[in-house]
Amino acid sequence: MEKELTKLFEIFIASSLINNFVFTRFLGLCIFFGVTKKVETAVGMSITFTAVMMISAALSWVIFNYIMVPLDLTFLKIVIFIGVIAAFVQSSDTIMRKVSPGLYYKLGVYLALISTNCIILAVPLLNASERYTFLEGITLGLGSGLGFALALVIMASIREKIELADVPAPFKGLPIAFVTTGLIALAFTGFAGIITS
Amino acid sequence: MEATNPQRLNYWKVTLSGIFKENAIFRLAISLCPAIAVTTGLRTGVLMGVAVVFVNVMVNITVSAIRAFIHPRIRMPIFMLIISGWVTVADLSMAAFAREAYKQMGLYIQLIVAFASIFTRAEIFASKNKIVPSFFDGIGMGVGFMFALIVISFFRELLGKGSLWGVSILGAKPLLIMLLPTGGFLATGILMGFFNWIDIRFYGGKGAGGAGGH
Repeated sequence: MEKELTKLFEIFIASSLINNFVFTRFLGLCIFFGVTKKVETAVGMSITFTAVMMISAALSWVIFNYIMVPLDLTFLKIVIFIGVIAAFVQSSDTIMRKVSPGLYYKLGVYLALISTNCIILAVPLLNASERYTFLEGITLGLGSGLGFALALVIMASIREKIELADVPAPFKGLPIAFVTTGLIALAFTGFAGIITS
Repeated sequence: MEATNPQRLNYWKVTLSGIFKENAIFRLAISLCPAIAVTTGLRTGVLMGVAVVFVNVMVNITVSAIRAFIHPRIRMPIFMLIISGWVTVADLSMAAFAREAYKQMGLYIQLIVAFASIFTRAEIFASKNKIVPSFFDGIGMGVGFMFALIVISFFRELLGKGSLWGVSILGAKPLLIMLLPTGGFLATGILMGFFNWIDIRFYGGKGAGGAGGH
């Protein structure tokens, strides 16, 4: 039991800090640069993302292990995962609009952006290739989601300051954001030594 | 857009616009993830580029060929299905023919499926044009993407490992940082700034890179 907990904790730390989706795996960059102009949007986005990542990790784990593996359909994983996630996001969009319009008004805008995002799709694909158990898969989803949230909030806070700085014209906007990300990524390489097994 | 006048479509122009004017990475700033992930070496960069060109062209051809049968209401899921089908083909062939490189970049090949640049071309161009122009559009967008990958990985491998395509050139490793994730972000940022500078200096553009999609 204790060993399993340690393994889960390791996966959590590894996915949120060491292999941070943005800074070391380079996933979700599009969203990362798109929504990090304001801290408020970044927070809303990260809540939605973490939730969707966990749930889609669980859904696709069940489908992968109980339908695709027995039927020998694992080579279709890209097609199936994309379908599952798109269907799930679309339905939660509809349900949220009916059940809680307040929440929908706050977070629903982000849902539309999610359905075919690489960062969401990466979690089930990683789970499938690592052959994680159900709990490990969900932990990976949670860890990656929180790591992504951390990245978004750090970046948004910095970019609010950059707005006021005098950046050379060719570097205005995205290029300077890239350089900044590079520097944060440098700081994140310091996490690499946390787990030594 | 060129699409409004199909009889006088200039294939060369369609192709070129994808490479320079609408370069997915440096100008539109979409589909960035693999641009940084696989560009630690020229070889992986080129392989990724080839996979993207292949998927882009095949998706454009398929969409264009069956465009008359796709009901506008359900076009999005259909496009998704076509794209993920072709990505699976690229993924499996890559796993079979380039084992070493695949170990390193397998995940990113699979994630081509989430490329906005491919989806947009299917939506904007291929679903409205005949097969031949769609083919050239796919080549243009794909090659433009590949061009960006090659430029980035050229600098990263040269400065990080002192070599090109695995062949040692400089005999030293001047900037090891270029191989780290950091180097990827820095190289892309600086090159993007450089392309913006060219745009401002020689073409009188405003130099603003894309707004960023995904």
